[in-house]
Amino acid sequence: MIPELGQLALILAMLLALVQGVVPVVGAWRGNSALMSLARPMAAGQFVFVALAMGILVHAFLTFDFSVGYVAANSNLALPWYYRITAVWGAHEGSMLLWVFILNAWTLALTIFSRQLPEAFAARVLGVMGFIGLGFLAFIVFTSNPFLRELPMQPDGADLNPVLQDPGMTFHPPVLYMGYVGFSVAFAFSIAALLGGELEQAWVRWARPWTNVAWAFLSAGIVAGSWWAYAELGWGGWWFWDPVENASFMPWLVGAALVHAQAITEKRGSLRSWTILLSLFAFSLSLLGTFLVRSGVLTSVHSFASDPRRGLYILGFLVVVIGGSLLLYAVRAPKVAGGRAFAVVSRETAVLIGNLLLTTAAAMVLLGTLFPLLGDALNLGKVSVGPPYFGFLFNLLMLPVVLLLPFGPYLRWGKGDIGVLKPVALRAGLAAIVCAVIAFLFVDAKLKAIAGVAGAVWACVGTLLYVIKRWREMPRGRRFPAEMAGMLLAHFGVGIFVAGVMLSESLSIERDVRMEPGKIVQLGSYDFRFDGVRETSGPNWRGDEGVVTVMKDGALVANLHPQKRTYTRGQVQTESAIDAGIFRDIYVALGEPMDAGNREGAWALRLYQKPFIRWIWLGGLFMMLGGFVAAGERRFRTQKTRSEAGATVAEPAA
Amino acid sequence: MSRLLPFFAFLALVALFGFGIWWNTQHDQREVPSPLIGRAAPEFRLPVLDDPSRTVAKADLLGKPYLLNVFGSWCFACGEEHPVLMAQGKALGVKLVGYNYKDEPAAAKGWLAEHGNPYDLVIADVEGRTAIDFGVYGAPETFLVDGKGVIRYKRIGPLTPDVIERELKPALAAIAKEAP
Repeated sequence: MIPELGQLALILAMLLALVQGVVPVVGAWRGNSALMSLARPMAAGQFVFVALAMGILVHAFLTFDFSVGYVAANSNLALPWYYRITAVWGAHEGSMLLWVFILNAWTLALTIFSRQLPEAFAARVLGVMGFIGLGFLAFIVFTSNPFLRELPMQPDGADLNPVLQDPGMTFHPPVLYMGYVGFSVAFAFSIAALLGGELEQAWVRWARPWTNVAWAFLSAGIVAGSWWAYAELGWGGWWFWDPVENASFMPWLVGAALVHAQAITEKRGSLRSWTILLSLFAFSLSLLGTFLVRSGVLTSVHSFASDPRRGLYILGFLVVVIGGSLLLYAVRAPKVAGGRAFAVVSRETAVLIGNLLLTTAAAMVLLGTLFPLLGDALNLGKVSVGPPYFGFLFNLLMLPVVLLLPFGPYLRWGKGDIGVLKPVALRAGLAAIVCAVIAFLFVDAKLKAIAGVAGAVWACVGTLLYVIKRWREMPRGRRFPAEMAGMLLAHFGVGIFVAGVMLSESLSIERDVRMEPGKIVQLGSYDFRFDGVRETSGPNWRGDEGVVTVMKDGALVANLHPQKRTYTRGQVQTESAIDAGIFRDIYVALGEPMDAGNREGAWALRLYQKPFIRWIWLGGLFMMLGGFVAAGERRFRTQKTRSEAGATVAEPAA
Repeated sequence: MSRLLPFFAFLALVALFGFGIWWNTQHDQREVPSPLIGRAAPEFRLPVLDDPSRTVAKADLLGKPYLLNVFGSWCFACGEEHPVLMAQGKALGVKLVGYNYKDEPAAAKGWLAEHGNPYDLVIADVEGRTAIDFGVYGAPETFLVDGKGVIRYKRIGPLTPDVIERELKPALAAIAKEAP
């Protein structure tokens, strides 16, 4: 009975979404306050019912209700309770439910924090959110119902994909979806602004904190996903340019461009159409990501769910939402280039160059991701481009981004002075060269590592120089407003990230070795002693656990226990053992016994030493922090809703 | 006009995705089209499993279509495929040639003795050299070669009753139609 209530709750939520998606927008068009005022209660009701459905699905998992097909397919009696909760979003139906739930959470937050917005504008924004919710709820109700019964009831269920049975997976999808779905807010603001016409120029200021928060969540989600792939897949890699990863990365790139474009439009009033277009793109790419993952159009290591009917539905939804919004853009986008003019040398130009590079990178990733599909379409046979394409082009596009990064803050809005850049270039450049030389002494002629050190030092020192400048020249209290602090944190994060990527990629050592118990293998400056394999077990798996002792100059560094687990339903999963450190990770994965019958004998092991790999995620976390901090800017919260865009005092650069 | 550009670009994407969905309903994801289809089968000369002193070459098999089935006693999926071949092999109406791939002749013979021998002829490629010319990925794989020695169809993975019905029989019918 209870699961049927969940389904009922979803149907009710869908009907509320229908009202929310239509009535307030009509009200805004007709100037009817009564109709517009429906938006908030509808959004709240939708949240309540979807939350109820989520709760009921969690309950079904916790009480082992295997009469529900989705529960039977993704859990079993031996699965511990915490993984039974995460199993809620472990497959298609539940992850779509999570998607809608998070959309509702964002909408609810909007209803609370949008009180100071003009009535009609808020009604349109909430209407667009309702319409998106409607699309996804209808998708769930008609094609992906998680509460579908499967009778007769199975005595026990299958299992949650063991790849997903990891602490990282508990929060990776929710956080990632917070980012994906969060771009719907910027999207809704843009649509509302397009519908409202020239009147609503201030929309960008209202949209900015939401965009920043969404982007920060997306950063956190990608970091968590990358960390999870590293710790769980046993290949020691942190990024695979897999279609599903790309699906989250494209909105991130466009989102990064959007965060900057919104700053220009808000402060200077220029580039309005571009900012609107980027808002549309960011959310469109989020939807596209969902489509790519869920439709089975591209197959990848993680396409957990695919079904052509669902693919067709999502495609139809994409046509309505993205096609409709782009058409609206074509008709209603601001016709005149508004805002203040800017010179070739100006902060606007710097940001614009960065924007173009980031969007080009997103387009490049899109092209690479869709390449196999293009190959089919043009009858070129099965082709895919793979990491070399992405790695090469991405580095090529990001090189100028890193080079320009320190300069942005120094340039004034409108018309900058190229002279102020000289001392910065000189100092940051000198620091980069010195550090590169020092790096050369350590790593020899590994060009990539040296370039990484130089790039990272350049970006970080350039950013720090600006911090010092602000500290010296601005009065207390005005030195680092939240927006400025967020920007500096994020830019500093880019430097750390560059160091992490380049150093770990060029200096990592890995070896596949055959080890008999007692054998010692040297890797870099560490000695690895293999002391055999013992049996171990967990709540729902049995496994072999290697005992590896890592030593350096005879002193113990770590005891590592890489595992090879066999789960209840026979799926095998490696669990690598990692000794983490700021400057290096030691990573051991257990392979197979060399002689299948003799578990006491020699085993294949994979040993890695990965210098600076943690800096990759550290850099990502800095960027995330930057996004959150910038969203806290006081100016975004003030009530100057009617002020002209650009009327605020531009950020003084000196 | 330039404002409509994003919209048109998006329409192109939609067309591509629509195509993708259609394509996926038509094709098995694991299917890798063999560049050899429609081409002449590579030349080969391999010993017969039961009598290594005797060899069979491509030329010896010309004239009538035959099915070349790559198998090995070590191959797990071949065990799944085997009962299908035992049940339906004779009814297909073509010569069934077993291609014993990277296998110990003794193990292969034992395997066939134990599970039954559906083949009209078994050739052995112990080293797996000739298999490279055929572009064999692994076992089981099946090639349909027509009377002129041209590869007409290829299956990677085990033949199942469903695959035989949907793919192999139409390919056989196409060959039969051409025959005078």
